[in-house]
Amino acid sequence: MSDLLRLEGLTVNYGPVTAVHGLDLTIAAGELVALLGPNGAGKSSTIGAITGLVRSGGKIIFDGVDISRMPAEARVERGIAVSPEGRRIFANLTVAENLRLGAATRKDAAAARSDMDRHIALFPVLGERISQQAGTLSGGEQQMLAIARALMSRPKLLLLDEPSLGLAPMIVARIFEFIAQLKADGLTVLLVEQNAVQAMRLADRVYVVATGQVTYSGPAAELAGSDLMALYMGN
Amino acid sequence: MEYFVQQLVNALAFGSEYALVALGLAVVFSIMGLVNFAHGEVIGAIAYSLLLTASVGLSSPFLAVVLAVLAGIAVSVALERVAFRPVRNAPTTTGLLTAFGVSILLQNMFQLLISPRPQAFSLFNGMSTTWHLGPYSVSSLQVMEFVVAAISMAALVLFLNRSTLGVAMRAASRDFSTVRLMGIRANRVIAAAFAISGALAGIACVFILARRGGVAPDMGFGLVLKAFVACVIGGFGSLIGAAAGGMLLGFIEVGLLAALPQEMGGLKEAFTYVIVTLILLYKPEGLFGTRRELGDKEF
Repeated sequence: MSDLLRLEGLTVNYGPVTAVHGLDLTIAAGELVALLGPNGAGKSSTIGAITGLVRSGGKIIFDGVDISRMPAEARVERGIAVSPEGRRIFANLTVAENLRLGAATRKDAAAARSDMDRHIALFPVLGERISQQAGTLSGGEQQMLAIARALMSRPKLLLLDEPSLGLAPMIVARIFEFIAQLKADGLTVLLVEQNAVQAMRLADRVYVVATGQVTYSGPAAELAGSDLMALYMGN
Repeated sequence: MEYFVQQLVNALAFGSEYALVALGLAVVFSIMGLVNFAHGEVIGAIAYSLLLTASVGLSSPFLAVVLAVLAGIAVSVALERVAFRPVRNAPTTTGLLTAFGVSILLQNMFQLLISPRPQAFSLFNGMSTTWHLGPYSVSSLQVMEFVVAAISMAALVLFLNRSTLGVAMRAASRDFSTVRLMGIRANRVIAAAFAISGALAGIACVFILARRGGVAPDMGFGLVLKAFVACVIGGFGSLIGAAAGGMLLGFIEVGLLAALPQEMGGLKEAFTYVIVTLILLYKPEGLFGTRRELGDKEF
């Protein structure tokens, strides 16, 4: 399988503070890769660097092209979509308007509309609240909206940043069920999670980062729970 | 009764003018967090452009309206490109100082290149005739001003609700970086905000010229200060607030002019600001602003 995304020596600095030190990571097309690690390990900075909202050093090769100097908007056009940490849905817009903005890069309006119907069928609650202001949705509903909005651009690579954060266990189970479905449909996914056990169950491969560096990479099945704690501590 | 109707139309006309200029400020502020004090000089630049085109013989009022809107869009978008884009990521005060700098620079340019003295300009004088509606006589210009302002605002609302760019602008007013994650170019959203602001300035400028019958280098500055006050009353960043604040300011001013005895006419501004202060004491966030306490977080 060819790599859809390859990070080579990725670095992210915030002023004098280095959040990511020379991180290497690859994702093959159709793979679900989990990026695990404790708070402040550099996971969200890595996502920020891939989307282009955070300035970074090193190389980001997506679909054979170095996108590391491209503005964030151009990366979306190339096929990267994100469901950001904290969901970041547009609270002052309706559910329908949120989904519409997700499809902003698309020229095929009719197909985009049918995609919207498909996502609503997957998350019926979004259909029930289609004309409601998104800020009035519950946390779980907002997360569903954030994922559906990202899918509206028909991405090649979906970045999911902490999709289970702050949600009730029952909702988390549904979100993970949905991610499993996306994987089964052949979508390439980079999943950033604090909920390591759930993420490892879904992922083909796992990267563990601590203090901005990869401390483990390999098949999820080979990583036992006891090792994870040591890796989180950076050993 | 007739006096009352005339004053009502008067207030609606003044209010419309403030509302159009205030909306121009609010559209840019809601997206960039920039109070564009150079907006008045955009109005000035439009007025001088019309003076120039009239001097070369293009003197149809209809053509002038189209030219005013186009000049407004061109000047406003050009200012964004040249002056505000380089400081877009700088602290808010830098943007504010840049706006003042541009304002002073343009005023001085008008003085040096054209004339420091006001120029008479009568292109739109024909617009002001008296209409007799039943027992009431009203100025056609004032009625037109209210009608055109209402149509412009309705068009703006339609644009913001129906077009993808409009929806993106509403989203950007709350969370700009996430709008970029939808693949919508930041430059496009900001240029659209400045273009709308310029178009509104163009419409406002036509009525200002018709009322004043002249052009002066500092003609826009006082007006922008009034529009700024209108935005504050309405709640800064809120478009409905800007329109409502402008209307309210028009009503307060005309109401005071009608209510105050002649010898106290000079105190109109003082009373206006007393009323504005009272409104803000009652609602510090403005009529349509959202109240935020320190530490509030929005999800």
